[in-house]
Amino acid sequence: MNEPATAIEAAVAASPLHQLKDELDIVIPTIRNLDFLEMWRPFLQPYHLIIVQDGDPSKTIKVPNGFDYELYNRNDINRILGPKASCISFKDSACRCFGYMVSKKKYIFTIDDDCFVAKDPSSKAINALEQHIKNLLSPSTPFFFNTLYDPFAEGADFVRGYPFSLREGVSTAVSHGLWLNIPDYDAPTQLVKPLERNTRFVDAVLTIPKGTLFPMCGMNLAFDRQLIGPAMYFGLMGEGQPIGRYDDMWAGWCIKVICDHLGLGVKTGLPYIYHSKASNPFVNLRKEYKGIYWQEDIIPFFQQVALPKDCTTVQKCYIELAKQVKEKLGKIDPYFDKLADAMVTWIQAWDGLNPTSASFSNGKTG
Amino acid sequence: MSLSIKDDEIDIVIGALRPDLTSFMNEWRTIFSRFHLIIVKDPDLKEELKIPEGFNLDVYKKPDIDRVVGTSTSTIFSGYSCRYFGYLVSRKKYIISVDDDCYPAKDNKGILVDAVAQHITNLTTPATPFFFNTLYDPFTEGADFVRGYPFSLRSGVQCALSCGLWLNLADYDAPTQALKPEERNSRYVDAVLTVPARTLMPISGINIAFNREVIGPALLPSLRLGGEGKFRWETMEDIWSGMCVKVVCDHLGLGVKTGMPYVWRNDRGDAIASLRKEWEGVKLMEEVVPFFQSVRLSREATTTEDCVAEVANVVKEQLGTKDPMFARAAKAMLDWVKLWKSVGSST
Repeated sequence: MNEPATAIEAAVAASPLHQLKDELDIVIPTIRNLDFLEMWRPFLQPYHLIIVQDGDPSKTIKVPNGFDYELYNRNDINRILGPKASCISFKDSACRCFGYMVSKKKYIFTIDDDCFVAKDPSSKAINALEQHIKNLLSPSTPFFFNTLYDPFAEGADFVRGYPFSLREGVSTAVSHGLWLNIPDYDAPTQLVKPLERNTRFVDAVLTIPKGTLFPMCGMNLAFDRQLIGPAMYFGLMGEGQPIGRYDDMWAGWCIKVICDHLGLGVKTGLPYIYHSKASNPFVNLRKEYKGIYWQEDIIPFFQQVALPKDCTTVQKCYIELAKQVKEKLGKIDPYFDKLADAMVTWIQAWDGLNPTSASFSNGKTG
Repeated sequence: MSLSIKDDEIDIVIGALRPDLTSFMNEWRTIFSRFHLIIVKDPDLKEELKIPEGFNLDVYKKPDIDRVVGTSTSTIFSGYSCRYFGYLVSRKKYIISVDDDCYPAKDNKGILVDAVAQHITNLTTPATPFFFNTLYDPFTEGADFVRGYPFSLRSGVQCALSCGLWLNLADYDAPTQALKPEERNSRYVDAVLTVPARTLMPISGINIAFNREVIGPALLPSLRLGGEGKFRWETMEDIWSGMCVKVVCDHLGLGVKTGMPYVWRNDRGDAIASLRKEWEGVKLMEEVVPFFQSVRLSREATTTEDCVAEVANVVKEQLGTKDPMFARAAKAMLDWVKLWKSVGSST
């Protein structure tokens, strides 16, 4: 369990099923190369990739043979979105959300290029995508906590005292996976514990209860784009911005508030991936610095957000959220004013690329 | 085991619903023998208790219960509720309680789980109810708070209650177990986590520990089903008590943890037989859950006793009219607060 699985181990573990092959896109942000995909080949090759190339657009990103993909660099993003491209971050993996917007599929799986296949305690290679799909296709239970975790897992169920009327659950919008080896710590924690590795395999998936916020990590994440896509904006980070490494956090707080409002579920736990690269803690500290003290105000803001009843779609919820961000967080720093505007731009861009009325008879959405 | 906790701060309370505790005590000997035990015999149990030698313990039977609380009150301690008498008379800071049909479990590596040590660790490290940590317990070895966890929330709050789990026979209700008679829980989940504030859950009494000084009065015998029996499938008393405890903890800013330790719960009874006898409990939760989710305690309720009394009054007002069982439960809760003040408080 302390090493990633090899390509052969993954091949052994792969099932021929490849569920949701035509309904799921894999979004990968990258600036270097996609060699890591070799290890994932047996699990991921049947799926379509959307590669978002950050940084220098003149660089060529090598994609391993045999993968079906579309690739977007900064020039493409600017061309496709025009002035609205201002909402997509540059020099930060937050740019990945462009991939969500441009996808035409129902589901998204996003993974970082330093994430490899992990092994479970029996040394079997873990098909993370398969587990994410299981999580997304089975209900969530946000209204009452089940002490045996996921009641829909094999060998588990609802415990005594769990009301039957709540056992049907709700649709799952997000599946948040975890990481073995390098854990997702912030810079101060990394500095204090540079050698700590996550070796604990927790064999559970659980629904994050309604009304509870969590830190959503974008390293190993899947979601139902049709249920929650427009809220998966990863914010303004990177070049020209005062903050970094809060892209997924920001999206996580937004989606959770909206999911709670719309009665959708968010799961966390399995699957694990093997996170191989520890980023430089000093670089991270500089990026996160403002976020660390801003979050002391941001968290209470999200905890108190109330969305009006007439916000019945994700877009309406998100626009309302942007309004409240401007009103209540704008006074902390002008950044939040900009961010609120970018949130609105994002929705406009999303709706532009994903017109809801365009559903042709061949089943493809235009 | 935390070095700062002395063994004499802990009481292990066992409710004896079956007379022969020999194998139970022997299985737990290596873990229990250093502690003081309180064994409370179900007042309805006719046979003599059989308890092996070599333990430091006090045994309470019906005559003792009658003597302490009076013969009319002692009926509240019938069946699984007998353990509450042990909570009442204990003078220790921490109480650990497991059902008498549970043995120590083995973890994923085949090592015997010291349930007492794990419960104490849970109770003596902070809980984090205000924000969810995706790596579960941040205070455990090899883990920490993840990126994005606000620093001001990292000191956590005091943990008042530790809810353990069960391998083999899980705590399912009768319909669930009857539908899957062969299903046994073999999944050992290596985690402890804080149940978030305002999130309610079914708190099972099968494997539980708490800080008596802080939350003692809130664990109480009050809801008794019409057909309550001597199998967990035939009771809801712990679930009801647990909802009260969680509401009180949330109000007072205390934490509740769930997860490890596991105990091995032996096969006992027949779910189908229990289902035929008692299914009202299952229906009840449809009322109970929304009710507790809506309870809001007043600012003036600053002690556990006050909180319990307030919950009791709300139960009386809002549920008491729907079913006399709730009215009785509310009265039992208020009686319990009085009893706790007279008998339960340390002198």
